[in-house]
Amino acid sequence: MTQDETITTPLAEELGAGGAQVREGTPGDAVGGRVPRYVARPPDTAAAQALLAAAHRRGLATVVRGNGTASDWGAPPRRCDLVLETAALTGIEHAAGDLVVRVGAGTPLADLQAELAASGQRLTLDPLVAGGTVGGAVATGLSGPRRLLHGPLRDLIIGMTAVRADGVAASSGGRVVKNVAGYDLGKLHTGALGTLGLITSVTFRLHPLPEALRTVSAGAPNPETAQRWTHAVLGSGAVPAAVELDWPETGPLTLRVLLEGAEGGIDARARAVAELMEGSGISEGAPAQWGALPGAAGDTLLKAAVPIGQVAEAARLLHEAAQDQGTTAAVAGSAGAGVLLAALPASAGAASVNGVVRRVRAAVEGGVTVARPAPALADAELDLWGEVPGLELMRAVKLRFDPRGLLAPGRGPGGI
Amino acid sequence: MFDEGEGEPRMPQPLTALIPRLREICGDDGVITDRTRRRTYESDGLTYHASTPGVVVLPTTTDQVAAVVRLCADAGVPFVPRGAGTGLSAGALPHSEGVLIVTSRMRRILEIDVANERAVVQPGVANLEVTRAAAPHGYYYAPDPSSQQVCSVGGNIAENSGGAHCLKYGFTVNHVLGLEIVTPQGEVVRLGGKAADAPGYDLLGAFVGSEGTLGIATEITVRLLRAPQKVRTLLAAFETMDAGGAAVSAIISAGVLPAAVEMMDALSIEAAEAAVACDYPPGAGAVLIVELDGPAADVDAQFERATRLCRESGAFEVRTADDAAERARIWKGRKSAFAAVGRISPAYIVQDGVVPRTALPDVLRRIAELSAASGIRVANVFHAGDGNLHPLVLFDDAEPGASERAAEVSGRILDLCIEHGGSITGEHGVGVDKACQMPEMFSPADLETMDLFRSAFDPAGIANPEKLLPTPRLCGERPGVRKGVHPLVAEGAAEQF
Ligand SMILES: Cc1cc2nc3c(=O)[nH]c(=O)nc-3n(C[C@H](O)[C@H](O)[C@H](O)COP(=O)(O)OP(=O)(O)OC[C@H]3O[C@@H](n4cnc5c(N)ncnc54)[C@H](O)[C@@H]3O)c2cc1C
Repeated sequence: MTQDETITTPLAEELGAGGAQVREGTPGDAVGGRVPRYVARPPDTAAAQALLAAAHRRGLATVVRGNGTASDWGAPPRRCDLVLETAALTGIEHAAGDLVVRVGAGTPLADLQAELAASGQRLTLDPLVAGGTVGGAVATGLSGPRRLLHGPLRDLIIGMTAVRADGVAASSGGRVVKNVAGYDLGKLHTGALGTLGLITSVTFRLHPLPEALRTVSAGAPNPETAQRWTHAVLGSGAVPAAVELDWPETGPLTLRVLLEGAEGGIDARARAVAELMEGSGISEGAPAQWGALPGAAGDTLLKAAVPIGQVAEAARLLHEAAQDQGTTAAVAGSAGAGVLLAALPASAGAASVNGVVRRVRAAVEGGVTVARPAPALADAELDLWGEVPGLELMRAVKLRFDPRGLLAPGRGPGGI
Repeated sequence: MFDEGEGEPRMPQPLTALIPRLREICGDDGVITDRTRRRTYESDGLTYHASTPGVVVLPTTTDQVAAVVRLCADAGVPFVPRGAGTGLSAGALPHSEGVLIVTSRMRRILEIDVANERAVVQPGVANLEVTRAAAPHGYYYAPDPSSQQVCSVGGNIAENSGGAHCLKYGFTVNHVLGLEIVTPQGEVVRLGGKAADAPGYDLLGAFVGSEGTLGIATEITVRLLRAPQKVRTLLAAFETMDAGGAAVSAIISAGVLPAAVEMMDALSIEAAEAAVACDYPPGAGAVLIVELDGPAADVDAQFERATRLCRESGAFEVRTADDAAERARIWKGRKSAFAAVGRISPAYIVQDGVVPRTALPDVLRRIAELSAASGIRVANVFHAGDGNLHPLVLFDDAEPGASERAAEVSGRILDLCIEHGGSITGEHGVGVDKACQMPEMFSPADLETMDLFRSAFDPAGIANPEKLLPTPRLCGERPGVRKGVHPLVAEGAAEQF
């Protein structure tokens, strides 16, 4: 940012008093079509605290932005007066011997992975969205197919610091993998889409990069067969890192089983898995585009988290319901963990989207939500959440952490 | 502070009014008012803290739990959940003017759902019963606290319990998909279910480990895992703890992820030898137990590597086990170590602290120095893979001042953990016992934020009050002192740690 872009109105001054750079919002900064009055970039946690405290005093609705790759996730905020950019909240403290890393929220995920890889380690998170920051990934809370073996993102987080709406910074957890002291508040912020606080740093447990990788893939004639294979593979003791289902709008369905492990044992394991999947082939490494979201940017993205025995039904219904609504669905996700994503083209209107989610919700257990509405649907009447069990308790938590409802108002569960 | 001394505790007034209602809800046999019987619930596994509960209820259904809690909420009476009472941080310490809600009659396994790899259980079900019920289908429930024969799944939820195998498989929180809870206002709420990623805030994840302060878990859905194809175990003997520690680091940095890595020092080996003749290699200053499990081909490859790394780090003897009987021989000394130490010392304190694994050698040296300087013996038996120390601080409680000195040493060990960036508890929880140490790990703002979260569930502050977060009244408490062998261990109902 150059000097002349910096503005000096009294409010902007107040926002920047703690050291944050403040500028006027532009249409390019819009979140869900709302152009913020200000965009501020705090250089460190202390400045972020001062900034949030000032926004709180002044009643400014604040939306946190990492690299903006997931700004369109969740419902668009009802108001957006201030965009808080985390870009300068960077830093990596890697304790390689402990397989632990503490990272500033604004650090690009790719930078983190590159640094970890230099020590033969990784944060086991599939790169679902390219270009994202660590804080953005955590706030979005999405995990890829490798969650099957290593757990969803939330299980990899061992400590977190977040700033509440009133500017108070609070940490929970710690820097050791085993720790049961205090409430694990990091769980609340993971997937909260920035509605409970600004995540400033996250501590993760890491894994060594696997020595060897194999992918066993096969085209399945239908989702039921894919589910049967999944069950067989999980039951075989092969311990796959991921079982991923990929079913584009048209064309065949593919099931991919990713194996990770010691060089000495991997081929035997791959062969054993291949025997369980008719017509399968084995390849080295992970396929290109591994774990990437289905569809294209700008599509509406649905998430269906179901019991693993209902994966086939959910996948089939997503396809069928989309067709019945005059659109299409590309389905991909973790058949092993029971979490599918479906992309409906941007052309699908609100009625179609609602029709699809309601039909799937009615048929399967679990949660079927609109994770990312297409931009054109920002202000449409979308049934994003369905029924959210525990919503009253969620409201109570939101009320404690953000009593004035200023953090991305409306983006939270059930429109909190 | 909590001991009521010699006088017979009487039932407090506000509670007497509740009794008829409690009987209506739980039935006559579900309400205990008799003083002697109430006293049997006065403490959990940390017997140093004791307090006779005002009244004890033994509900059998969620509706009963909810009705009891609503009654408490209406009357402003505190309640304390209790499972099997094996907790080691006085989390289930009763409230003398409150209702102790015991889940011991909620012991049904509701469902073993093989197709979805889930089990649905009531909270009073013992941890090991889940595995027993799943085993015929080739599955098991991974979290395996040493108290697993008796401790309840509800208690595991509350404490986020781990076990020897949590290095690889994680803690309770990583295996729970769904909960039905009764909130401190008496409402029944479902969080999650058989599917992962319930929509909205992860209240389920935050409830696990909340030590009974956010309500009572009345139904629990857990993940079942396939029993591993192969398990191999090795025991390596080293001359020094430093060499053993180096082997642990070498194994982990080589990218090997064992299911368990356990370590014992000379004093605990000596005690185990005396107690159960475990026949560990003579002259060992440290023994390491490394267990690997998983796909057979993978386990074999990793096992060779782990064995080699132990030798390269100075192991003078390595024994391996490939079947259950040999494995049991290797584990025998380790599993009996705590009970064994109970025999060589009139009394001891069990500490539970965590340090980053790389800090282990330094912290162990500092503990040895502390021990030498104070004349208080410390035996180390611990989960080396994740840096979870369980130092046993030995003393003779007949000797004047010894218990104070032991408590001092035990407290200093926790300080060491904090100084090294670790935690005041890896698995036993905060409860009453460590509430006063929370400010050493967390800032006032951290604690205030945790309290905000608590009040979202429990605005009236009636759910297990005075636990987990520090209160002025609590401070000054000493960590718990245990005499002899833990009763559960003596009964053979539990192994320690
Ligand atoms: C010999 C021995 C060995 C042990 N080994 C281990 C070990 O290896 N790893 C480990 O992690 N721990 C271990 N422990 C500690 C203890 O067994 C665990 O913390 C266990 O989870 C407690 O379960 P419980 O049913 O006994 O709970 P309790 O002691 O009855 O209660 C513990 C806490 O849980 C709350 N609570 C109980 N039930 C519920 C419910 N349904 N809903 C909400 N809150 C509830 C109580 O209020 C209390 O705060 C050991 C203890 C002993 C005595």
